Amino acid sequence: MKDMKAFLILADGTVFVGTSIGSAKEVISEIVFNTSMTGYLEVLTDPSYAGQAVVMTYPLIGNYGICMEDMESGRPWPDGFIVRELSRLPNNFRSECTIQEFLSKYDIPGIAGIDTRALTKILREKGTMNGMITTNENFDLNEILPKLQQYKPHDVVRRVTCDHPYTVGDGEKHVALIDLGAKDNMCKCLQKYGCEVTVYPAYTKAEEILQMKPDGIMLSNGPGDPKECTEIIEEIKKLCDSNVPIFAICLGHQLMALANGADTHKMKYGHRGGNHPVKDLKSGRVYISSQNHGYVVDTSSMDPGVAEVAFVNVNDGTVEGLRYFHKKIFTVQFHPEACPGPLDSEALFTEFIKMMEV
Amino acid sequence: MPKNPNIKKVLVIGSGPIVIGQAAEFDYAGTQACRSLKEEGICVVLVNSNPATIMTDKDIADKVYIEPLTIPVLEKIILKEQVDSVLPTLGGQAALNLAMELEEAGFLREHNVRLIGTKPETIKKAEDREEFKLTMEKIGEPCAPSEVVTNVEDGIAFSEKIGYPVVLRPAYTLGGSGGGIANNREELIDILSNGLRLSRVGQVLVERCIAGWKEIEYEVMRDSNGNCITVCNMENIDPVGVHTGDSIVVAPSQTLGDKEYQMLRSSALNIITELNITGGCNVQYALHPESFEYCVIEVNPRVSRSSALASKATGYPIAKVAAKIALGYTLDEIKNAITGKTYASFEPMLDYCVVKIPRLPFDKFISAKRTLTTQMKATGEVMSICDNFEGALMKAIRSLEQHVDSLMSYDYSNVTQEELIRKLHRVDDRRIFVIAEAIRRGISYETIAEITKIDIWFIDKIAILTEMEARLSSEPLTRELLAEAKRIEFPDTVIASLSNRTEREIKELRNEYHIHAAYKMVDTCAAEFEATTPYYYSVYGSENELAETKPKKKVLVLGSGPIRIGQGIEFDYCSVHSTWAFSREGYETIIVNNNPETVSTDFDIADKLFFEPLTAEDVESIVELEKPDGAVVQFGGQTAIKLTESLMKMGVPILGTSAENVDAAEDRERFDEILEQCEIPRPAGFTVFTAEEAKEVAAKLGYPVLVRPSYVLGGQGMQIAINENDIDEFIGIINRITQEHPILVDKYLMGKEIEVDAVCDGTDILIPGIMEHIERAGVHSGDSISVYPAQSISQKSKDTIVEYTKRLARALHVVGLINIQFIVCDEEVYVIEVNPRSSRTVPYISKVTGIPIVALATQVIIGKTLKELGYTPGLQPTADYIAVKMPVFSFEKLRGADISLGPEMKSTGECLGIAKTFNEALYKAFLGAGVNLPKYKQMIMTVKDSSKEEAVEIARRFSKLGYRIFATRGTYEYMKARGIDILCTNKIEEEAPNLMDLILGHRIDLVIDIPNQGSVRSHDGFVIRRNAIETGVNVLTSLDTAMALVNSLENADETQLNLVDIVQVKNI
Repeated sequence: MKDMKAFLILADGTVFVGTSIGSAKEVISEIVFNTSMTGYLEVLTDPSYAGQAVVMTYPLIGNYGICMEDMESGRPWPDGFIVRELSRLPNNFRSECTIQEFLSKYDIPGIAGIDTRALTKILREKGTMNGMITTNENFDLNEILPKLQQYKPHDVVRRVTCDHPYTVGDGEKHVALIDLGAKDNMCKCLQKYGCEVTVYPAYTKAEEILQMKPDGIMLSNGPGDPKECTEIIEEIKKLCDSNVPIFAICLGHQLMALANGADTHKMKYGHRGGNHPVKDLKSGRVYISSQNHGYVVDTSSMDPGVAEVAFVNVNDGTVEGLRYFHKKIFTVQFHPEACPGPLDSEALFTEFIKMMEV
Repeated sequence: MPKNPNIKKVLVIGSGPIVIGQAAEFDYAGTQACRSLKEEGICVVLVNSNPATIMTDKDIADKVYIEPLTIPVLEKIILKEQVDSVLPTLGGQAALNLAMELEEAGFLREHNVRLIGTKPETIKKAEDREEFKLTMEKIGEPCAPSEVVTNVEDGIAFSEKIGYPVVLRPAYTLGGSGGGIANNREELIDILSNGLRLSRVGQVLVERCIAGWKEIEYEVMRDSNGNCITVCNMENIDPVGVHTGDSIVVAPSQTLGDKEYQMLRSSALNIITELNITGGCNVQYALHPESFEYCVIEVNPRVSRSSALASKATGYPIAKVAAKIALGYTLDEIKNAITGKTYASFEPMLDYCVVKIPRLPFDKFISAKRTLTTQMKATGEVMSICDNFEGALMKAIRSLEQHVDSLMSYDYSNVTQEELIRKLHRVDDRRIFVIAEAIRRGISYETIAEITKIDIWFIDKIAILTEMEARLSSEPLTRELLAEAKRIEFPDTVIASLSNRTEREIKELRNEYHIHAAYKMVDTCAAEFEATTPYYYSVYGSENELAETKPKKKVLVLGSGPIRIGQGIEFDYCSVHSTWAFSREGYETIIVNNNPETVSTDFDIADKLFFEPLTAEDVESIVELEKPDGAVVQFGGQTAIKLTESLMKMGVPILGTSAENVDAAEDRERFDEILEQCEIPRPAGFTVFTAEEAKEVAAKLGYPVLVRPSYVLGGQGMQIAINENDIDEFIGIINRITQEHPILVDKYLMGKEIEVDAVCDGTDILIPGIMEHIERAGVHSGDSISVYPAQSISQKSKDTIVEYTKRLARALHVVGLINIQFIVCDEEVYVIEVNPRSSRTVPYISKVTGIPIVALATQVIIGKTLKELGYTPGLQPTADYIAVKMPVFSFEKLRGADISLGPEMKSTGECLGIAKTFNEALYKAFLGAGVNLPKYKQMIMTVKDSSKEEAVEIARRFSKLGYRIFATRGTYEYMKARGIDILCTNKIEEEAPNLMDLILGHRIDLVIDIPNQGSVRSHDGFVIRRNAIETGVNVLTSLDTAMALVNSLENADETQLNLVDIVQVKNI
């Protein structure tokens, strides 16, 4: 089979030429990079990537194939996948298919064989930008660039959340997990620590959740601009007032901050990878965390009487976690559920369990 | 936590002489750590017996002791310097063991000295097999079923319970010394009894054999606040069963999914936390290839060879950070020097692939077994970086400097299928080439993987390379094909020969197609943050990110590649010092090198570091972009010298002695002319190409004669022939590799060997000192004990040597360094070798005379004169101290290698004894080399007939010292007749008890075995020497060494040694 050419066109007019992988369809998306060296399947199936195309900075991708049981949701979410090189012969005792087959099956387009480091440097210097992956050799930049400028993903949470509530596991504690685009391991972690988990669609009314009298509520990760989620923020305000212990991760953390009057803003190129140091300000301990976010809570906008910063990012000082006063609410920007990435902060789930016990 | 204010004066223990398993990586780690400590205002006291190191320079530490690494010496230094802390985790296993002994003896507590870096309890938990096992059990980390045994019977019982094969690992040994895999009871007894003897505590771990599992390593760091990070993980391509030092290693791991990766990462962090390590640590795992089952193989609670590799692979300076942690800093307080923005509390992310290949010494030890086992045999290693695995492998292969440039470099095309399969089963240094041939023959991946246990992912990558070989030899060389071949790093020479073109044509084609190397930066963070540290590697088919610089002057310094016998750490010392000197003179400096163990490849030595193979093509790609004003080749050993001609073709001026004159010293005929002009005698000799010619000239000269190839290093292939059979044998060996240059046959003169290093500015010369070899001519200079200043030659000979040095330096128009070897025979001085470049004696002579020779040579190279620099030309006044440089060997690691000394170099390292008197210096040197006598006061002597007369004196003196001397009949009767108190024992082929029983009975301190030279060497002698070495007995094969030893023993008193701080040695 002859390789088909593919093009990655960035909003700043840069064009990368590579070969097409997965689907040959054309797509416009926001281009973001992830620095994890392993865990490409977890990245692909993380719903937080809905509305984005992901560049893997590690150049050799697909080496261990696709181990279906490592999927973080039922399907891959990114609009596109951008790599330096895909392995032609993966090998792992659990692998069920190649990444090429996987992308084709889910109709995800992608491009391989480009200088992903050069691309990453553009994104680092100019900030996250939109781009198009196409196999059409006769593209016209004059026509495409305005389209790229205009593109903005929206309502992505609605795309990724579940349709109906469902309950898994069993245990002493009953946790309501609001699915804003939750990775499966969040649910698995709760179960591991002895919780029965009912997963609710993102747009479920607070009343419906509280009616079930959960011991705790968890707000998951998810895609997109948190400020778009106005309806959900309103429900979160009500959940806050309920006095049920709440633990929130990533988008959930941002929505909780917004519900409490703080502001969020888009970062230049975000944090995506498995090597981000976060410091617990109470103990002084630093944990290496898995991260995937493009927006961040403005610390200065948070009323110091409402919450305090519990974790900061050692590299850039941005807020990584908030502890709310007078309430059993604790939120983090990073991913204690890992997958992919380090499991160092998994103990935060036990902290949540403890919050429910008091 | 900020640094502990009570730490003010720290003793850093170095790792001693370079031996297999403990090499240059500890000079790199130690140097980095000392600089890091000094940065913090700490007074650093350094001890290391190895003078060839950068860490023993006076500008690295405040006090420098080049003294034997023994407990009495360390105690003395601690008391004399009043240090408050000892940092033992940067000098390898040697330093860690010494620190433990100091601690266990209560010495440290008694004098209120703290061990910093890692606590004694931690070291014990990690190093003591039994405690380690208990600790792992406690935290639920699996180890292979194992038991620590202290005698052979228990070992047999346990092995028979868990079943063969079993792995044996002696406690507290380095590089797995004395370990191995036993497949049956016989092998078990053999390896176990030896291992018990070599272990400092008489313990050997017997464990379930997990050979064939994936071998994965993690480099982890932890601070006193409990923060942990992993710097890097690495995957051994060779499965468990081959020592990681002998494995081809890739970083990061390639075949592990995130689940496996994180499982082992979490385990490594659990372990480092439970062991309470503060600093760096290496954890090795065996991972079952078809499940999540894993075993912890080993934990090293210190920086190691793997951590040096991890530092170079990621840019994360492990030793530097470990030193800061030892002072009390936490990871989030230490800046990441690469980005300058982030902190040490993060994990490096790579956006490239790193391959390490070991450099094995089988080219030097033809008789040694090539098989790779759990006992390390490599003397050094090369590393390469590329954005794809195939390319990284190709680059590493051509970095080895073993006449290999692709997977076709060893030809197995004539081997039968059956034989090939047999070879696949054999784990040796050439197996990767055998795998390539198997793929070419169409043997299935599954079959290859089944036999080798190498992951199919790697086998497919090798297949991609062999497919490219086939395409290049059959398809038209289109732009696409050429670009792909370059992407996976096929060198132009290989493309040319496959496509039936010349290298020049390939180069032109690449220019036409615009296929050029681009350079990417190693930045620890996969481009997430901007980095300013100019540490580069090349790739094809990508954007170049090399920052263009236009300084006033730019110099290219070529490194010396992998550490191997004959080209050791000395040349890295010279490269680094030259770089520093150029920098001080306002030059922008560029280093090209491929050795991850060295100081020269640390990212802050030169202004720019290119981690690249040292081939003409790779260097040319750099030259095209950097356009240096000149290149300096005289400091990088033979590796750099070999590139001279290519550099000139590229239009790069060679700084210092011209290429033409370098050539004149190597070209026999031109050199003879120069000697004649200068009226300098040399031993008569001729150049030949064939064995027939050699025999003809040998007959003319009279035997014995010296036979050697020209343009070699470390006397490779050099032999003393005593008859025609020898000539046939030696020339056969030399001609195994096609010789571009003729073979030299010289009359062998038995005299004193003298060596001189000199700096010449074109007019004047400066000779720091004259060195004399203890062993007579015929033993390679690198294997001889060398004494400064020369002790036994007359003033007249000295004057002649100085005069000849002057004449030669001028005649060869030397600008920079020159090394000359002389023989003084009956008051006549002959020149035997001239090398217009740095030599392995430069670091030691610099230190003992206080003259910074490399810096001087560098200043001279850029146009200064010795007089301008304030030096009086000529032989410098003798220093206050006498220095004895002692070679150190690694014979016990190389099964089957012949240890007898001759014209071919065999030592891996050296140590120095420095004192006011010759005898004390000599004693210190023997101590430093680990010749620690006596234990049992029993020895064996076997001496060839022609040397018996000389041996009498030695025997008499040993006997006087109270030694019981055993000898076989011939030597016994000869000695007895001359009144020596001596005991007779049977030869090895005679009935027991014989000589071998004595050796294996572990009651012998020393064997003096003077074998016949050439092909009449007896097999008995070989067996005796091997067995003695493998059971840890000292063996001397030269009467001169034996005489020196008895001399030193007669004056031995370790408690009375005087310490010398070489920082105080005045620059005369």
